[in-house]
Amino acid sequence: MIHVQKIVKAFGRMRALDGVSFSIAQGQYVALLGANGAGKTTLMHILATLSRPTAGHVEIAGYSSKKHPNSIRQRIGFIGHAGLLYDELTAEENLRFFSRMYGISDSESRIGQLLQEVGLLARRHDKVRTFSRGMHQRLSFARALLHYPPILLLDEPFAGLDLNATVMVKNLLDKFIAEEKTVLLTVHDIDYALYNAKRILVLNRGKLIVNKAANELRRDQLQKVLEA
Amino acid sequence: MKSVRQIGTIIHKDVLIELRSKDIIISMLIFSLIVVVVFNFIFDPGSEMIKTTAPGILWVTIIFAGNLGLARSFAREHENARMHGLLLCPVDRSAIFVAKMLGNIIFITLVEVVSLPIMVILFDIHIRHILWPLILILVLGTIGFAAVGTLFSTISANTKSREVMLPLLLFPVSIPIILAAVKSTTFLMNGGGFAQVWSWIKILIAFDVIFTVLCFLLYDYVLEE
Repeated sequence: MIHVQKIVKAFGRMRALDGVSFSIAQGQYVALLGANGAGKTTLMHILATLSRPTAGHVEIAGYSSKKHPNSIRQRIGFIGHAGLLYDELTAEENLRFFSRMYGISDSESRIGQLLQEVGLLARRHDKVRTFSRGMHQRLSFARALLHYPPILLLDEPFAGLDLNATVMVKNLLDKFIAEEKTVLLTVHDIDYALYNAKRILVLNRGKLIVNKAANELRRDQLQKVLEA
Repeated sequence: MKSVRQIGTIIHKDVLIELRSKDIIISMLIFSLIVVVVFNFIFDPGSEMIKTTAPGILWVTIIFAGNLGLARSFAREHENARMHGLLLCPVDRSAIFVAKMLGNIIFITLVEVVSLPIMVILFDIHIRHILWPLILILVLGTIGFAAVGTLFSTISANTKSREVMLPLLLFPVSIPIILAAVKSTTFLMNGGGFAQVWSWIKILIAFDVIFTVLCFLLYDYVLEE
């Protein structure tokens, strides 16, 4: 589903990613770990076609990111640090805007269904600026799932959320995983990654240093690698 | 067809947000009104001097008010990385350029629609007999300025000192458009012959085509981080 071959991303002399290669099969739930500045967000941005690699090749769902970026965009849902939503628009208007951009045919029923799922149906006519961080992130999930993507890229989706919001977002994620969809998630919580993900990737200073099944790794081992 | 629908959707979103916040239009209109009113105190209405300087005042108003609008429209898109939301959609970058350019044309045109009649009244200048050629020059000047402005406001929005960077990048490059627009408006308002006006309009058309095509083609690279 996701094939990354020897990708390099350089910002001047600095190499944010240095020859990273891995593959993720359909339906796999993979956690990407690494210290701050390890290159996780840079990698996620390349996979999401927000950024081009300096060298190397990325193929998602059979499409090259260089030749067919729009085909990839149609197949991925992305959630980053920021909600990517318009504060001046209501929750419904935000989703309607993105549904039109994705060309979703059953947009109104899909918007209603997703707002129901993320628990924001009662707030559908409220402007996003009035939302809490947790509500904002739940609406981001709805935006990312709007176009029925088979792949979800999540860049620290639990960052800044309180306990209740974290539980709600994790439940949404569990539901998505239960549908056997492909998920790549960056997270700082080692326990969460080991318990939930099938495979663990670890980035260190732009290099992929761990690519193993979660059940082959121990917590202390992983902690040591991350602190290195 | 899909791109046309996406362009329409982006413009609709930008206009809807502006109707709610009004921060672009209000800052542009206040600036343009201040310029017109200040120059009204300097020159005697209906004088020969005002006829000579009115085209310059008109274009200074449009360009500086336009600069304010351009800076704000892209700063808004970059707050909370909203631009990423747009870039994640399956839309060609050139379609985003066209949508943003058309949105900027709408906002600049609104400034022209408000400030031109006020100028005509305060400066006591007569434009009825030259109205259609004047509208043509305004449309062409606005298209060229919005094309270059859309490209450079996207570049400057990625920088820390975006308010300073935008005019530094924009004004030198848009000089040919500004010059052709001011010259053709001056000849038109001061009874220049058709040949004089038309020669500057042709230059304006040429720069519009060159800049719009160039910016359209370069936009994909500009959006790259």
